[in-house]
Amino acid sequence: MHTPDTLRYARSHEWVSAPEDGIVTVGISDFAQDQLGDVVFVELPDVGRKVAAGDALAVVESVKTASDIYAPLAGEVVEVNASLEEAPEAINEAPYEGGWLFKLRVDDTAAWDELLDATAYEAVAETD
Amino acid sequence: MSDQDALQGVVSSFTMQRTPLYDRHEALDARIVDFAGWAMPIQYPSGINHEHLAVRQDVGIFDVSHMGQLRVRGPDAVAFLRWSTLNDAGRLRLGRGQYSMLPNDQGGLVDDLYLYRDGDDDFLVVANAGNVEVVDRHLRSLAEGFDVELDDESEQWGLVAVQGPGAALLLERLAGTDLAAVRKNQTVDVAIGGCAVRLARTGYTGEDGFEAFVAPADAGAVWDLITEAGAIPCGLGARDTLRLEAGFPLYGHELGPDTNPLATPFAWVVKDKPFYGREAMWGVDPGQRLVGLRLAGRGIARQGYEVVDERGAPLGEVTSGTLSPLTREAIAMAWVRTSHAEPGSELAVLIRGQAVAATVAVPPFYGS
Repeated sequence: MHTPDTLRYARSHEWVSAPEDGIVTVGISDFAQDQLGDVVFVELPDVGRKVAAGDALAVVESVKTASDIYAPLAGEVVEVNASLEEAPEAINEAPYEGGWLFKLRVDDTAAWDELLDATAYEAVAETD
Repeated sequence: MSDQDALQGVVSSFTMQRTPLYDRHEALDARIVDFAGWAMPIQYPSGINHEHLAVRQDVGIFDVSHMGQLRVRGPDAVAFLRWSTLNDAGRLRLGRGQYSMLPNDQGGLVDDLYLYRDGDDDFLVVANAGNVEVVDRHLRSLAEGFDVELDDESEQWGLVAVQGPGAALLLERLAGTDLAAVRKNQTVDVAIGGCAVRLARTGYTGEDGFEAFVAPADAGAVWDLITEAGAIPCGLGARDTLRLEAGFPLYGHELGPDTNPLATPFAWVVKDKPFYGREAMWGVDPGQRLVGLRLAGRGIARQGYEVVDERGAPLGEVTSGTLSPLTREAIAMAWVRTSHAEPGSELAVLIRGQAVAATVAVPPFYGS
């Protein structure tokens, strides 16, 4: 399992990049994509949608199952990775790069520090 | 992702039954899941799509040793199977296999089956892994008055399926036998690496291929030879996408205790003869038909999703769905009202509350 230590993680297996000008990028972890198997379809949120932490706002479907993706932090959707509509396999191939899902302008950048760091997340993933 | 989804597939394998090939799956780093109480590979590291395409384009191998085998033997074996199953075992010739179904007395099914005739009065019945005990009990309950003997031989058989356009050539090389004369549903006894193997030209993928019955102690050696010869190991995930693309039913999805097979594309199995439960099935119209669906969008129609008409009125329910790894098209099978069951009928599937347009289609969902 690959878990970059520059990122923070949610228990529900999303990764979150460090805020830059109040904006974070969100995707699913390497562990999560491995568990899901081949991703075949992604349903992305509308840009401009305001979300609370924990809101379901995207769906990643693999051959096996459909999984809700939750907002790890409160904020507003400012951009989505539209290329996933044509190439959802990017989530399997590069979960931390080309497979990112959406960007949020977060209400409170300090909340990022309260998410799990790489070590804590790996411990969570191992017990899942 | 919800934690529950993440938990799928990370199941402890301690309490599950293992096939004779379990150590092969572990060595290949397969993802192991609990399937009907068996620790089975759902996929290997290369993934379901890769495995699926290997079978459509070349050759793949599946461990299906979890399936159950019941021996039915005795002077009344034919009469008993003609009564207890829907196809006509009397028409099954020696050394041949036959797809059949086991009816209940409610117009539905206990399981679907494969029958092989090993002698005039000697049949091997292959049942789904999760149903073996139920099938065994059911058959025993019907056996009274018939001079037949039933034996559960499930632990005496390892079973692998070698499937794909390259399957025959690969097995010919390993067995040193010409398989061209072996017809669909026919069996032949060969040796592979010194192990006795019964090959049946059957399968569940829509491709040419064979199912190889072997002694459990020989299963590993036979698996090794077939994979070393180039067959790609395939898990239950690809087995499911392949059978769905081909339009084959899976008990628990398309077929079940409440499904009348006469309302499905598999009505041909049901022969017009006396059989157990006939009154509840024959001539009884459930008002729905089992059909194939092609979806206009890429969302996957999963089991239980509602099928509706253009005004949103309910028509039925999805039984299985996937994205075809071959055509990249979302496909499904579903029960729909007879009024919307004709090929070409337009309807919709509710995927997470959104109506996604779909058209009734006749499987297979690939090829010309």
